[in-house]
Amino acid sequence: MRSFSILNFKVRRTLRENLSAFWMKCCYLLILAMPFILLIGLLLKSSLLFGEHSLMELIFSSEWKPLSGKFGFFPFIISSLWVTFISIAIAAPVCLLTAIYLTQYAKRFVLKIMQPVIDILAGIPSVIYGVWGIIIIVPFVSKVAGWFNVSSSGYSILTGAIVLAVMIIPFVLNILIEVYKTIPIELSEASLSLGATKWETIKKVLTRKAYPGIISSFGLGVSRAFGETIAVLMVVGNVVQIPSGIFQAGYPLPALIANNYGEMLSIPLYDSALMFAALILFVVVTFFNMGSRYIIMHYEKKI
Amino acid sequence: MKRKFNLNRKFFKKLEELIFRVLMIISTTIIIVALLAIIISILIKGVPSLSWEMITQTPKGGYYFGKEGGILNAIIGSLYLSGGATFLALVVSLPLALYMNIHKMKEKLVVNIIRLFLDILWGIPSIVYGAFGFALMVFLGLRTSLLAGILTVTLFIIPIMVRSMDEVLKTVPRGLIEASFSLGSTRSETSFRVILRQCIPGLITAILLAFGRAIGDAAAVLFTAGYTDYIPTSLSQPTATLPLSVFFQLGSPIPEVQNRAYASAVVLTVIVLIISISSRAFSMKYQKNRIK
Repeated sequence: MRSFSILNFKVRRTLRENLSAFWMKCCYLLILAMPFILLIGLLLKSSLLFGEHSLMELIFSSEWKPLSGKFGFFPFIISSLWVTFISIAIAAPVCLLTAIYLTQYAKRFVLKIMQPVIDILAGIPSVIYGVWGIIIIVPFVSKVAGWFNVSSSGYSILTGAIVLAVMIIPFVLNILIEVYKTIPIELSEASLSLGATKWETIKKVLTRKAYPGIISSFGLGVSRAFGETIAVLMVVGNVVQIPSGIFQAGYPLPALIANNYGEMLSIPLYDSALMFAALILFVVVTFFNMGSRYIIMHYEKKI
Repeated sequence: MKRKFNLNRKFFKKLEELIFRVLMIISTTIIIVALLAIIISILIKGVPSLSWEMITQTPKGGYYFGKEGGILNAIIGSLYLSGGATFLALVVSLPLALYMNIHKMKEKLVVNIIRLFLDILWGIPSIVYGAFGFALMVFLGLRTSLLAGILTVTLFIIPIMVRSMDEVLKTVPRGLIEASFSLGSTRSETSFRVILRQCIPGLITAILLAFGRAIGDAAAVLFTAGYTDYIPTSLSQPTATLPLSVFFQLGSPIPEVQNRAYASAVVLTVIVLIISISSRAFSMKYQKNRIK
């Protein structure tokens, strides 16, 4: 009787072990399959569009008339690029300077304040950033445009870029702080002992060492900014045009998808056009993401 | 002559450092000011329209036109949606994170591949998940519903949850795992009875983080969860969510409806702040009583 219960115990343990291992393996396979499922799903959905238009035509044509079956994504792609790169241009110096300050100069109490600030900034939902953009940045940009003698409603590329810049700052900043923290302290000690000033050490030793990390943090910032939807959609104006200045309204790709989901099914090919937009987002974002990670891995081995 | 030149160089060196230090302090201040500006402007706009009626009533006469009523539908809908999504994500994420750190402890390649895939998935914008979820819904013949929303958001937060759990589990000392193995426990016993207990506060932080992401995301639920004036009573009904409540009602020309949007923004901000603060508290606790 006793041996039976021991046997039972063993069987139960093995069973539990095998069951949990089985479930874990399922989760593991799910994660491995997920990017491919997404990619194939988007490709299948947008393949209808490829039947009637060539890829070049889709990307470089600027005629957007869904009702007559003309889908040129050029205005949207250009808007997305404008918004993304202006936001990176704003966020990059701020993040770099702050990261250097926090890792090299700042006193303890500054760090204690900044850590929750970065965390909260990273946690604020994008729709809140959008509301903030409408309340504060839109009137501000409208006024700034007045200084340059440009009339603007304030709903413009620049507004979207400013809001986006604030959104990606915590993301990029966290990576940069990590990059500067991992530089071995001996490196700066050696430089200081040779008579370099602190700033010279930072400029010529630390930043050179951190260079690949800095570039890839900006790359990751680009990938984050490119796909951001709601906040940008709320402030960027959403006019289908190729913007000629930063005070003009734009219409980035994510906004295109988000704005048109309601009428997606009533117009032929429209849903596959929107899926194609999602596909472009997927490809560009994943490209920047992987590229940046590759740079980090590749150069970390070298230096 | 040479001496003077040297002095000059020294002066410029100092000046350069000074300028950059000032710039650094300015940019740090910009970040703090930006956060304060966001929170204060939301509070100033939203708090006056926040009242007991606002948070205990559903909108009357349609969310876009009706002047009466509050945002209870969005609050409850958001909690249902992100609660469900967090639970489902937990069922996948926790085993996977344990699998990476205990079962595959020695196979660095497998673990690195999973991490790479998680990073790719984390990077994919939520609007792409939303579009994909919508395509899948159409394919399966479903309509916008709480269930579809939950599933889409689950896909979206799994990488976030696994990655942050992984960061926590990475810090478990190897000796602890080996000690557990040497006492004869199986891998699952080690995972769930030893390591899980050791890491509980950190894991709760990870769950809270994912919950915060789920409740704040609008793009993934835009296509899939729909929007309604009512509190959903089953999984197949559409549901309102706080981010969409802000987004849709802010576009209305009626000031009373806009007030509802600002009130939703305040509620959402407060929820996110509470999550952020409590997860900090948990991770501090984690730092205190962990076996090193």
